[in-house]
Amino acid sequence: MAFDKMELRDIEVWDGNFAAAQAMRQCQIDVVAAYPITPSTPIVEGYAKFLADNYVEGEFVMVESEHAAMSGCIGAAAAGGRVATATSSQGFALMVETLYQASGMRLPIVLNVVNRALAAPLNVNGDHSDMYLGRDSGWIQLDAYCPQDAYDLNFIAFKVAEDHEVRLPCMVHQDGFMTSHTAQGVKTLTDDQGYNFVGDFKPMNDMLDFEHPVTHGVQTEEDWHFEHKARQHNDLMTKVLPKIQTAFDEFEKLSGRKYNIVEEYDMADADVAVVCMGTSVETAREVATEMRAKGIKAGVVGIRVIRPFPFEQIKDALKDVKAIGALDRSSPNGAPGMLFNEIAGALFNADTNALLSGYVYGLGGRDLTKAHLTDLFTELQANVDAGKVTTPLQQFIGVRGPKLSFL
Amino acid sequence: MANTGWNEFEIGAMLRSFDGGIDDIAGTLQEDRNYSQNNSFSASVADWRIEKPVFNKDYCIDCQFCWIYCPDISIISRDKKMVGVDMDHCKGCGICVEVCPTNPKSLLMFPEHADEETEIARWPEKETKEK
Repeated sequence: MAFDKMELRDIEVWDGNFAAAQAMRQCQIDVVAAYPITPSTPIVEGYAKFLADNYVEGEFVMVESEHAAMSGCIGAAAAGGRVATATSSQGFALMVETLYQASGMRLPIVLNVVNRALAAPLNVNGDHSDMYLGRDSGWIQLDAYCPQDAYDLNFIAFKVAEDHEVRLPCMVHQDGFMTSHTAQGVKTLTDDQGYNFVGDFKPMNDMLDFEHPVTHGVQTEEDWHFEHKARQHNDLMTKVLPKIQTAFDEFEKLSGRKYNIVEEYDMADADVAVVCMGTSVETAREVATEMRAKGIKAGVVGIRVIRPFPFEQIKDALKDVKAIGALDRSSPNGAPGMLFNEIAGALFNADTNALLSGYVYGLGGRDLTKAHLTDLFTELQANVDAGKVTTPLQQFIGVRGPKLSFL
Repeated sequence: MANTGWNEFEIGAMLRSFDGGIDDIAGTLQEDRNYSQNNSFSASVADWRIEKPVFNKDYCIDCQFCWIYCPDISIISRDKKMVGVDMDHCKGCGICVEVCPTNPKSLLMFPEHADEETEIARWPEKETKEK
């Protein structure tokens, strides 16, 4: 190979951004088209540096907007390259139109989304608004809780997205600044291990296959559109989760690190549980342990795969709990939060009488403290003791002013 | 294709231009290419036209300007000789007539219903330049 290999220590001190950039380097991306945006900028900066220093063979395409960035990625992926990029918040919102093109054309692009609030008011800090914005776009969405996850899940993302039975683009989410700019010890793979895990890129029906020319992104109208969308939906609903599970298993064999589609913590005998995503999972786990010392059987369910939503696994994880708190880090704007809705949907016909309440927290980077979670678990336990929901179905945590709650 | 189910489509909303593989497509004449049903070559757009170009080979100098400028590859040219117009794909834009350099022009636009032989029989005379 013409490029240089990088000697990594077994454990490197990386933040989430650099961890993602290193994973992209080890996967040997052919094309990155990017328009950097806070807080995801260092990901593509890192890739550009590796490219300049001959650690990767590829192309960095400088474009004039995020819409063009994803468009460039789509073109490169349709032409037959391994493609990735990164974005956040407003840039992600600008990409949305093209996200549907990528998934509809079944191009295995990997997008690192460093989650950040959507304006207005303008805010560079983390919440899950952009993650929620993309959830109907037909992409697979994986969620990292820490830099280690951000590194590992990039390999998983390429592995799953490029599977010839899946061929769907994949996002890897990490919390803006909390994960992306906090340096932690990250256990590494060697360049060979990382590359061999994802394998050589095998394009299918690429435009640069001159012996079998194809037209990509065709117009279909009412004749075919429904069928194509139905197939995409079917593949997401039935094929993707087993592939992710297989990739997780293979990754465990390689690295010893175990990932699950739904991350259960102390759920075996839990009475009360919170379901959350991102960095909050680690805080919630710590508080759950403290609650157990106080006699409240608390557990935590972390969502690792947001789309396709793991309804069965959620149902299984929550089958024995008596009260559930769904924690949404996005402004639901006129409805209960996404997690509240999805969990309600998963449990509605399940054999459980669990009490479900929704909590909105951490918008625009507002902290979710251990004190908040302690109150939350206590409240859930009060629901269990009363045998009914004693509080409104939707409450806002840590917002200044009079208490905000609905329904 | 009209009754094809969602599970029978090739995934990715893409269409194949040719049936099977191809080799040396640039060296293969259009009529010999194995165009697929999905290729736009397989669809006629003749009904878009309200005017048609008529070709009078008596004045043609085979400069190939019309072949170069035609936006729909509807000028048929063989061995660098202008042969005629592909009336399945010509949309009647008139660009070929515009770029034709001969005097009188060897391509002229006529109403769609005009009879070709009649029009060629009474082709315009050479124009003299005004000084």
